[in-house]
Amino acid sequence: MKLEGGFINNLGRVYGIYTLGFLGFVILMGICEAAGVANTYIGWMFVAFTVLIYALIGVLSRTMDSSQYYVAGREVPAVYNGMATAADWMSGASFIAMAGGIYLKGYPYMAFLVGWTGGYVLVASLIAPYLRKFGCYTVPDFIGTRYGGNLARFCAVVVLVVASFTYVTAQINGTGTVAARALQIPFEVGVWVGLAGILFCSMLGGMRAVTWTQVAQYIVLIVAYLIPVFWMSNKLGYGLVPHLAQFDAVLRVQELESTLGVGTLLPTAEAQAEAGKLAALKVGINDASDDWMSRWKFFTLVLCMMAGTASLPHVLMRYFTTSSVKAARQSVGWSLFFISLLYLSAPALATFTKLSLLDPNVATSIIGKSVSDVMSLEWIQQWSNVGFLKIVDGNGDGIVQINEFFMRGDIVVLATPEMAGLPYVISGLVAAGGLAAAMSTADGLLLAIANALSHDLYYKIIDPKVDTAKRLLVARILLLVIGALAAWVASMKLTGILGAVAWAFCFANSGLFFPLVLGVWWKRANRAGAIAGMVGGFGTGAWYLYMVQTGMEPWYGIDGLRFGMIGMPVSLILMVVFSLMTEAPDEETQKMVESIRIPKGKTYVS
Amino acid sequence: MSAKSDQQQHWAATKRLTFLTLVIWAVVSFVIHWFGSSLNSESFPGAYFMAGMGSQVIFVLLVFWFSVRQNSIDEEYGMSEGD
Repeated sequence: MKLEGGFINNLGRVYGIYTLGFLGFVILMGICEAAGVANTYIGWMFVAFTVLIYALIGVLSRTMDSSQYYVAGREVPAVYNGMATAADWMSGASFIAMAGGIYLKGYPYMAFLVGWTGGYVLVASLIAPYLRKFGCYTVPDFIGTRYGGNLARFCAVVVLVVASFTYVTAQINGTGTVAARALQIPFEVGVWVGLAGILFCSMLGGMRAVTWTQVAQYIVLIVAYLIPVFWMSNKLGYGLVPHLAQFDAVLRVQELESTLGVGTLLPTAEAQAEAGKLAALKVGINDASDDWMSRWKFFTLVLCMMAGTASLPHVLMRYFTTSSVKAARQSVGWSLFFISLLYLSAPALATFTKLSLLDPNVATSIIGKSVSDVMSLEWIQQWSNVGFLKIVDGNGDGIVQINEFFMRGDIVVLATPEMAGLPYVISGLVAAGGLAAAMSTADGLLLAIANALSHDLYYKIIDPKVDTAKRLLVARILLLVIGALAAWVASMKLTGILGAVAWAFCFANSGLFFPLVLGVWWKRANRAGAIAGMVGGFGTGAWYLYMVQTGMEPWYGIDGLRFGMIGMPVSLILMVVFSLMTEAPDEETQKMVESIRIPKGKTYVS
Repeated sequence: MSAKSDQQQHWAATKRLTFLTLVIWAVVSFVIHWFGSSLNSESFPGAYFMAGMGSQVIFVLLVFWFSVRQNSIDEEYGMSEGD
C-alpha cells in the first residue's frame, strides 16, 4: 500500500515518462525504418511493445482487496479518470470506423458524433454524481438496493450482460481486425491474441488494473489518431491546424461531389454485386437534407446514442472510482474533453481524405485517373489484397468514376498514412492506436459483465456469506469464461463493428435508462415500476430489433440502429404506471434517495 | 428543522440548475440539428460545423459549467463533502 500512495501522488511523473518513452519508441521505429527494417517487423514491434506495457501495468496493479478490485480503491483523480473513461468509451468503432463512416455515409452519420458526446451531459447532470454518492460497486447494485429485492437486481444484471456482451464482441472483432492486419496473421487467431492481451490487463487487478492501463491506452490512441491527421493536413498543404482548415475544404469537397456525381451516379447492380460488402460513395459530406424523414432519423439516432451513453454500465462504473462526488462531476467534464480531442478530429480526417482522393488537383487523387494507373499504386494493391477496397470498371471506359471505387470505411483511418505517402512507422502507430482503443473498451466491458455476475449474481443473490478471496476468485474465473465466449462469438463475424455497437446502446437505454434516472429523480418510483420498466422496455426493444432483422418494414424509419425509440417509451410508461398502481417505497428507501441527492455525509453502501 | 429546510432549498436549486442544463442540452442536441440544412450557406458549411465541432465544444463547456455551478450550490447550502 505504501507504493500505491506513492503512485497516486506521482501520476503526472509516471505518465509523463511513459508518454515520452512512447514517443521515443515511435522515433526509434522511424530510425529502424530508415535503416531498412522490414515493415512487418515494425508492425510487430508496435503491437508487441504496447501490449507488453499494458500487460505489465496489469500485473503490477494486481490486488486481492475487493474495493481495489471493484472500484480501484476510489482514489482515481478526476483528470486521470477522465482519460481512462475516454479510453473505456472510445472503442474500435470510434477509432477505426468513425472517420470512415463520415466519409462514406456523410452528414447523416455525424449524428453519432453528436449523440456520443451529448450523452455525457446526461451522465453529469442526471446520474453519475448520484451513483457515486450512493457508493455501489456495480450498476445493478444501485438498482438492487434502491428498488430492493433480488428480482430487480437480476433484471438489471440481464440487461447489463446483454448490452455489454453485444458491445464486447464488436471490440474483440476490432482487435482481431487490427492484429490480423498489423501482424499478418489470420483474423481468427488475431481475435484470440487480442483476448489474451485484454485478459492480462484486467484479470489480476480488476478495476484498478483496468484504470491504469486505460490511461496508458488513451495516451497511445490519441497520439496515434492525431499525428497522422496533423501530418497529412500539413503535408498536403491544407493548413497547420486541420480543425480550422477543414471548413474551406468542406466547401471544396461539396463542389467536387456535385461535379463527380456523388448521390446521382450510383453503382450499377453488377458492379455492386462484384464489390460485395464494400461500398461506393453515395452521400455527400454536408448533405443536410430538409425533408422530414432525414431530420427525424438524425434526431432519433442522436437521442438513442445519448440515452445509451447514460445507461451503459461500463461507462457509469468508471465514475465510482473517483474520490468524491465533486470529483465525479468534474471527471465527466474531463472525460468529454479527452473524447472530443478525437471526435473533433474525425470529421477533419474524413474531409481531407475525401479531398486527397477526389480532387484532381491533388497528386494523390484517384477518381478520374485511369484504372491501370490507380491499380499500380502500392496502397491500392495492398488494401485490395486484403479485401478492403476494390475497383470495378462498371462502364468499361478505363477511368475510375465515383461509382466504381468501392471500399470499407475502416480504411480511411487505417490507410490514411499510406494514402498520403507517410512513412510506414505511422501505419504501425495507427495499428497500435486502434488496438489500444478496442482493447481498452473490451477491458471495461468484460469487467462490467464479470463484476455484475460475481458481485450481484453470485455474492448478493446466490451466496451472501462467501468470503472476499472466493468472491474475487469467482470474478476472475468469470472474466476468463466471458472473454473466451466473446472471442468465440466474435470469430464468427456476425455483424459489422458498428451495427453491434449501436445495438448495445439501444439495449442499455431500453432497459436501464429510466430505472436509473427515476431512481434518483422520482422518490415515488418503486420495485414494481422498475421491474416492469426493465422487463417491458428491454423486452419490447429486443422484440422490435428481432422483427426488423428478420425482415419487418421498420416503423417510421426506426431501424435496428434506433430500436431504443421503441424500448424507451415503453419502459417509461410501464415504470410510471406500475409505480403509481402499487405502494410508495418505504420510509427508509425515501431517506436513502434524499441522502444520495446531497454530496455531504457517508455513502449509502460502504 | 433548519437543516431540513436547507436540504430542501438545496434540492430546489439543484433541480433548477439541472433543468436549465437540460434545456441547453436539448437545444444543442436536437433543435439546432433539426434545422441543419438552414445553417448551410454558400460560404460556410454550417450543418457540418455544428455536427462536427459546434455541438461538441458546447457540450464540453456545458458539463464543466454545470459542475462548477453544482459545486457552488452544494457549498452555499452546506451540502458539500467538506461540510
